[in-house]
Amino acid sequence: MSSTPTSLPTPAPLIAAAFRRPSRGFWHTVGTRLRRDPVTLTCAGILLVIITAALAAPWLGLDDPFKMSMVRRLKPFGYQGHILGTDELGRDMLSRLIYGGRLSLFMGFMPVILATLIGGVLGIVAGYVGGRWNMIIMRLIDVFYAFPSVLLAVAISGALGAGLLNSIVSLTLVFIPPIARIAESVTTQVRGQDFVEAARATGASTWRIIRGHVFSNVIGPILVYASSLISVSIVIASGLSFLGLGVSPPNAEWGLMLNTLRQAIYVSPLIAILPGVMIFVTSMCFNLMSDGLRSAMDIKA
Amino acid sequence: MLRYVIHRIFYTLPIAIGVSLVCFALVHLAPGDPLSAILPENASPQIIAEIRAAYGLDKPLPVQYVIWLGKVLTGDLGASIKTGQPVLREIIPAVGNSLILAAAAICLAFAAGSVLGGVAGYTRNRVLDRVVTSTAITGVSLPHYWVGMVLIVLFSVELGWLPASGMGGGNWQNMILPTITLAVIPAGIIARSVRASVIEIRKQEFVQTLYAKGLDGRRVLQHVAKNVAPTVMAVMGLQFAQMLGGSILVETVFAWPGTGFLLNAAIFTRDLPILQGTILVLAMIFVAMNLLVDILQMFVDPRVKRS
Repeated sequence: MSSTPTSLPTPAPLIAAAFRRPSRGFWHTVGTRLRRDPVTLTCAGILLVIITAALAAPWLGLDDPFKMSMVRRLKPFGYQGHILGTDELGRDMLSRLIYGGRLSLFMGFMPVILATLIGGVLGIVAGYVGGRWNMIIMRLIDVFYAFPSVLLAVAISGALGAGLLNSIVSLTLVFIPPIARIAESVTTQVRGQDFVEAARATGASTWRIIRGHVFSNVIGPILVYASSLISVSIVIASGLSFLGLGVSPPNAEWGLMLNTLRQAIYVSPLIAILPGVMIFVTSMCFNLMSDGLRSAMDIKA
Repeated sequence: MLRYVIHRIFYTLPIAIGVSLVCFALVHLAPGDPLSAILPENASPQIIAEIRAAYGLDKPLPVQYVIWLGKVLTGDLGASIKTGQPVLREIIPAVGNSLILAAAAICLAFAAGSVLGGVAGYTRNRVLDRVVTSTAITGVSLPHYWVGMVLIVLFSVELGWLPASGMGGGNWQNMILPTITLAVIPAGIIARSVRASVIEIRKQEFVQTLYAKGLDGRRVLQHVAKNVAPTVMAVMGLQFAQMLGGSILVETVFAWPGTGFLLNAAIFTRDLPILQGTILVLAMIFVAMNLLVDILQMFVDPRVKRS
């Protein structure tokens, strides 16, 4: 047809587009939305305080969290400079709560990080390779999915024995299946898209497609999901310590403190429930932040 | 219908076998010899070998698994290392006690969750909506073992209204605190999904049509409720099953003689047969519940069958 020359786009708008301010990327938009969300900001602030205090605990001029005193057991708030009182062995509560954040937060983050890495790789491999490997990996994951999460964590920790490392192993195993499922389903969807086909046709290697197309699509949903797992991880990890399956005394850890203070519930109830307040506040802030992230990234639950 | 049910059951079988494999592996995952708890300190190698053979521990693992599975299928879960009683006899009353608690809790959670979620989703009242949504998030973030402690502090220690622990020989008052504790999280989750589901259904055209043809609000509510039911049922079934695992912590707080209590004791005495048996039974109940929810859902909502 004679219209061939006119059907070509005139270069002017393209050139103009090239000189326009670079369009805001996805992550930029997400960042802007998060900065305008008061709930998320408040939670981030609270968490920042808790995390900084836990990390900087040795330099805050706190009492020794391990120093016991038989005469100062279970003293009320404000007793002789102990702002939050003392625990059942006369140790300073404030100091133990702040130091306790170190282990509790570590046990909240570590399993989620490990599970995200392992589950993500498993899911992407299963989704991309497909076929028999997908079958094997996903059926294996279904089996672990068939356990209630707390039961699985207790079962593995119970069999392996108490300890920080064993708790992390068991929680990681609990979190791998859901993450792998998300990674698998997103990867399977992306793999069938035209742009992947086009990339392959232009000679892109498998690694390049995974890095460039699959990974960038998988990372969002996984990140949102993993962020919601941190609060679950803190609650279950403290639960394991509460059962005596986590870290061992005299370590300061919120779940363990709750466990040892349980005997003192009739004597000083207010002090006995303090570590739980820390678990609750931390877990809720992570949850609300995760919710904020989810809506900022516009991912449906 | 029947084809779908059979299909679902066949799909569940490999998972059930996988679950049994994991439970079998638990004992072998445990550090040290599974017999270390019962062997005397100075047992001679010959006696150790004899006991190993008696327990079938000298055979290769796959053979051991098949033998073990065969026994499990006939209801023989081995004997408790501490008491020498058959594991099943120790587990059955504990499972019963846990189920009583979980059933009461799911009823409470269902009532609270659907009323809160329904009202929030139906009225779309901004304030109420906000309250329900934030209550739901709070419910999800609560460590329920701590909730139990707080309730004990409030109602047992401070007010002295309710007993704090044990079953009290079937006294209903002993059930109140553990039931509330166990219901908090599922109530939050149910409220959240009821709200989302009500909003979703009310947006659909058939609801508009019902209003347009002059049906009064109460009858429309019936239609909406019928369409929300499958979602709620699925969530409820899952939550009920999760409770069986989650109750471990709550039962420990209230000294409720259920599976959690049994597991806790088994872990500390290293009574691996009890640990393994309890986890196997609970996991199988979980698998069966999932299957049941799927099948029930199909009866309520025939569209499920096609997907």
